[in-house]
Formats: sequence, C-alpha cells, structure tokens
Amino acid sequence: MSKVTQVNLKKLRPYGDIMDDGAIQLAFTLPVEASPEAREAAVQLTQKMGFDQIKVATMEKAAQGFSFFVIYARLKHTIDFTQIKVLKVEAPKRSRDEIDGTIKSQIGRKLIVLGACTGYDAHTVGIDAIFNMKGFAGDYGLERYQWIDAKNLGAQVQNEDLLKLAIQLKADAVLVSKVVSQHNIHIRDMKELIQRAEKMGLKDKVVFVAGGPRVTHPMALECGFDAGFGVGTKPSEVASYIVEELLKRSIPLPKKLAQKKKVRKQKKSK
Amino acid sequence: MADLRLETKIIDQCRELAVKISKPIETLIETHTTVAIERTVLRLLGVEGAVQQPGGQWFPEVNLIVEELRKEKTLGSGVLTWFVNGMIQTKMPAQELATAVALKKTNLLKLKRASEGEIKKKAYELCENAKKNLLVQKASRDQVRKEVKDPFDPEGRNGPLIYVIVATGNIYEDVIQAKAAVQAGADAIAVIRSTAQSLLDYVPHGATTEGFGGTYATQENFRIMRRALDEESRQVGRYIRLTNYCSGLCMPEIAAMGALEKLDFLLNDAMYGILFRDINMKRTLIDQNFSRRIIALSRIVIHTGEDNYLTTADAIENGHQVLASQFINERLAYHAHMTADLMGLGHAQEMDPEYPNVFLLEIARAQMTRQIFPKAPIKFMPPTRFKCGDIFYSHLMDAMFNLVGVLTGQTIQLLGMPTEAMHTPLLQDRWMSIKNAKYIFNGAKDLGKEVEFKRNGKVENWANKVLNDTFAHLSMIEKKGLFQAIEEKAFAEVSRTETGGKGFEGVLPRAPDYLNPFFELL
Repeated sequence: MSKVTQVNLKKLRPYGDIMDDGAIQLAFTLPVEASPEAREAAVQLTQKMGFDQIKVATMEKAAQGFSFFVIYARLKHTIDFTQIKVLKVEAPKRSRDEIDGTIKSQIGRKLIVLGACTGYDAHTVGIDAIFNMKGFAGDYGLERYQWIDAKNLGAQVQNEDLLKLAIQLKADAVLVSKVVSQHNIHIRDMKELIQRAEKMGLKDKVVFVAGGPRVTHPMALECGFDAGFGVGTKPSEVASYIVEELLKRSIPLPKKLAQKKKVRKQKKSK
Repeated sequence: MADLRLETKIIDQCRELAVKISKPIETLIETHTTVAIERTVLRLLGVEGAVQQPGGQWFPEVNLIVEELRKEKTLGSGVLTWFVNGMIQTKMPAQELATAVALKKTNLLKLKRASEGEIKKKAYELCENAKKNLLVQKASRDQVRKEVKDPFDPEGRNGPLIYVIVATGNIYEDVIQAKAAVQAGADAIAVIRSTAQSLLDYVPHGATTEGFGGTYATQENFRIMRRALDEESRQVGRYIRLTNYCSGLCMPEIAAMGALEKLDFLLNDAMYGILFRDINMKRTLIDQNFSRRIIALSRIVIHTGEDNYLTTADAIENGHQVLASQFINERLAYHAHMTADLMGLGHAQEMDPEYPNVFLLEIARAQMTRQIFPKAPIKFMPPTRFKCGDIFYSHLMDAMFNLVGVLTGQTIQLLGMPTEAMHTPLLQDRWMSIKNAKYIFNGAKDLGKEVEFKRNGKVENWANKVLNDTFAHLSMIEKKGLFQAIEEKAFAEVSRTETGGKGFEGVLPRAPDYLNPFFELL
C-alpha cells in the first residue's frame, strides 16, 4: 500500500501539501471600507466561487473605501483531466540548423518572413525577441537564420501597410505582435488584418502568426490566424512552425526541386 | 556616502563631446519653426477652443489656423505675423479671433496690414502677458507646495520619490486610482497617455473617458487630475506631483498646457520620439527646444527616456548608450535655458536577472549616474523586459530594484508592478508595490551613507568600463554627426533617417520676418 494517495486524473483538484486538498490562494479588492462586514462579504463571495474552509489570511485597507484580501480556501470542484482537449500548435521541434537545412533541401529558396507590432501598438519587446539576431533565452532570432530573409518592421505598422509590403516582398509568413490589450484592441486589430488579407487574396498564400502575452493559439485561430504563440516562445519554435505549415501547403517550389520531388513521388507509387 | 572613483577627466571629455554634437542641432533649431511651435504660441495667448467635426470629434482651433497658413506657404513668418495683425484689424481678443478664423469667418491673409512696428509691439505685449500668466500659474502651484510638506529634493537626499502610474483610460476612474495610490504612500502620479497619442498631430479636447492603454492628455483632463491631487495633497499633508507626457508631435503644446495646468513633471525627450515612435528627428528636436523653454520658465522637471533603450538593446552590453544619450540630453536642456535641477535624466534596471552578479552591475550603473549628474533629479525605471506573468518573482525583482534605488540615491523611483507585462495596474497591484517600496526605502534609508565600494572592485571597474565605452560612443557620434549616427543604430538598435518618420512636413525654415517674441522671453 502506497503511503500517499495517488493523483486521481478523473477528479483532478489543486494540490497544496496533501493530495486532493484543493488548496488555492486568492487575492482581490472590494470597493468598500475594510470592516467586519467587508470581511464577511469576501468570505461569502469566496463560498459562491465554490470554496470551503475559507481562511482570510489578511484584510488590508488599500485606500479609503477599498479593502484588499488574501484568502486561502479549498476548492470543491474537480475536473476530469482525461477528457481535456486543447488546440495546440503542432510542429516538430527543430533547431536552427535543422530548420535552415529543411528549408534548403525541401523548399530550395530563402523564406521571406515579415514581422510587426500592428495598429498603434508600440511594444516591440516580443517581436524583437523573435527577430533580433540575439534572440531570446539563448535561442537565436530569425535574422540569424541563413535561409530566412527576416524583416522586422517594428512598431505601429498599420495593417494595410503590412499587407501591401507582404505582397511587394512576396512574403511567406507574416508575424504580428500584440501587447496592448485594453478593450480587446488586440483582437479587433488581428481580425481586421485577416479580413483585409482575405480581400487581397493573401490568406492562403501567406502564413499568419500572432504573438503576445494575451495571445493564445485558439484565440489566434478564432481571429483567422494560422497560429498563435504566448509569452516565452522561442524563435526556433516559431520558425519550426512556419516551415512545417509551408511544407504542408506545398508552396510553389523552384523548378529543380519540384522535379526532384515528382521523381520521388513516382518512385513511391511504384 | 558610497562613492565610486570615476575617471573625472573622461566625464569632462564626454560633456565636451556632447557640446560639439549638439552644435549643428542648435543651428537647426535657431533657423526653423514647426507647426507645433506655432500652435503653441496661440495656446500661450489663450486660444483653447475647438470646432466640432462632422464625425462629432472636436478639433482644436489652433490646428485649423496654423494649417491654413502652412498651406498658403505663409507660416515661415510665424503665426503671430498674421494673427496679431488680425487682432489689430478686427479689434477682437485672441480667443474670439481664433474662433472666427477657425470657422472661416475671418481670413487672416486677406486683412489690411498694420505697420510692421505696430504688429511687433503688440506681439511683444501679448507674449509678455502670456509669460506673466505662466508665472502666475507656477506661483499658484508652488503655493500648494508651501502649504503642505513637500518631500521632493532634486538631489535625492530625502530618499527616492515614490512615483506610480494610473492608466484606466477614464480620467474620472484615474482620479479614484490616483487618490488610492496617494493614500498608500505615492508622492507622484503619472497619467499614462492613450497608446499612440504621440502620433496625433493635434491635442484632443475636453474630458475623456475612453482610451487604449491609458488616458488622453487633454487640458481638461490635466485640470481634473490637478484639482484632485491638490485636494489629496491637503488631505494627506504631503505635496503630490502630477506627471504627463510631453513627447510626440504635440510636444510644445503639451508643455504649454502642462505649464498652464500646474503640472510638476513632464516626460520630455526627442530621442524617445525618434527611436520608439518614429517621429521625424528634425521636427521633434526643434519642438523639444521650444517645449523646454516653457518648461524652464515654469520650473517643471523633465524626465528623459533613456530607460527605453534597454528594452530593445541588451542592458548589460549597452549601458554606454544610455549615458551617451544623457550627456546629449543634458546639453540640449541647457541650450533651452533649463537648470540641472530640472533634468530628470532617465535610466532603468533592465539587466537579465539570471546573469551572475547582476546587482553589482546594476548598482554600478545607478551609482555612476547619480555621481555624474549630482544635481539632477535622476529618474530610475523598473524592470520590465524580463517580467512575465509570475507576479511573485516579479514582486521580488521590484524589491531588488527598490534596494538599488535607495542605496544609490536615485531621486525619482517609478515603481515596478507585480503585474507588469499583464495589464495596466489594478488598485491592489499598486498598493502592493508601494508597500514594497516603503518598506525598503525606510529600512535601508541610510545604507548608501554607510557602505563604501571596494577600490578597483567589480562595481567600480564596471562603472569605469561603461564610462569609457560612453566616451568612445560619443566620439563616434561626434565624428558622424548625430543624425547619421542614429541612422546607423547608435541607440537602442533602431535606425531612423533625417527625412523619414512622422511630422517632417511640419518643419519650416524661418522666413527673414519670422516673428515669435517667446524665443526672447523664454
């Protein structure tokens, strides 16, 4: 007999220090003066969220008319972990050398990748991390790839200008970084870009990738993008995905390579 | 006092280089004007109206007046050449004439001309009065400072000033957040502007309740927040400073509005606009000079934006870019008649937190900045680049930032937020952050006076390395010229061209009869 309870994936709950204890920490502010009534209100709200064994760790006067709470409580709900399904970016992880090698042998020309912070967004930290030579967390940026022609257009690029440039430069992929998300401006901007791309007939020719702290893959898909990446994404992950997606779409290949591929296919069919 | 042995000869040489680098810019400033400067002149004369556009938006009269003159290629003489003549001919006061011109009821170019002498005399009179008005507003602001306790010391001897931002998009909600922050212990409130306001070539009008990533800077919004903070200052018995953003295409107009509405701090830095907002370099450097003249008169403290360089360029490798830019900014501020105690030169703690001995390097940078600019109210900005959603780690990073700030005697400390990189701060984020700062600023109050840095130790050597790199960088810039150097990515790994960027069409050579008495009065 095991001395500790094993996790029950059918009934998954948060873990504090004993399996299945459901321990959670909460912090929030109520717009009322710190008082016994405020504390009771916080407890009752926490009950309504589905907790029991509620301990108010602290109630602080954050300002006149505002009370701040830190609460520990046990969650009553469980989740069947075996039934969870998540949309994920599906692409094998490749190193920079492998990516360059794949482009060279299977596409046969440099990929053209454009990146920008669109709309009025001026926060280039994310797009820079993906593009700049130096890269991010030891993973070199796209500008360093031999077989990628990477152009970082920087901040505050209007959707229209970005797409015009994509046509002009025959871009294979467009990377859009969105940081400011107040009033869901990022979602509006992203949807607008795709609508324009569709009108211009670009949607199928170009891989559209979104990135940013409030961007997720499902949300990007919903906006019409091909993929979305969140915080901490490394340049090689984005590059791997772009190559994988382009191979899937079988983009027009240079003649030499196209012939080679045909021959290979014929051989296979034998 | 903790003290680094810095190579003072190199510091002097850096300043000499900054003078040489700034010379051609100063010539450019003295021979040009911009649409924004001319609009500012009208604002200083009291023109504050706006005309409702077909879409319902309010568009400032000053823009309509100045744009018309620019189109007719008569703006090089200065707006006053036409406007003052208009006042003489129509006998209308400034605001009344402005409305008439904006509504196209009066055409300034078609009026009879008074003699040059008469126009000039009247223009000087109007500008003298405008100057007096600015001084009255300044005195009224300073009066509140005298009534209550004022914790601000430019040299930072009272410990870092606690500075936080509000950014709800709604000025009335901002007031609630600002007051709460003051009650928690904040000394200065900055109302973050709506994203991209810096790219608007006009100042929005009236009180606003919607914005993206911030709240529009309008004269009415300034007034609303000033009133609230004056109230709160009296309530808590401590003077609370108000900050806004004097950058972008309306830089001098915001300076005028800030001066009129009794602001204490303005973020004001042409280099920031050039590099991060892609504003034309000539336009914004010329605008900056006029804005700083107003700022100097009203004794507002500027904050420069060098901290931003470290968000795009690596902070360990590029400390010299920050220092080089600070030397140039200092020189350009002197040229606009500012004094050292108004120059809130900016820098930041943005190094990779996992780098070995990273705090030694951060302390070196912060301490050297303090020593190289001893009279300046140095503005220290928090970590942002390496922040992520882990608010607990983030809070710890801010604590170390606060410790470096108090140890090295920074003057203005913009507090980091645990939720940086997630959302504009919630009330509780700010509260936590202020509690963190108060704890450390109090607990380590005199630490800087107690410790000494090891001679030729890691901290001292790093500071001198950055100083030497700065000298080399400034030498390079001096050789190439600032504009060429910027094009070749001298700062923040960003390239901009002399005629590129927004607002270039608003730069005009001054005509021989250019009239603007403010250049003599400010």
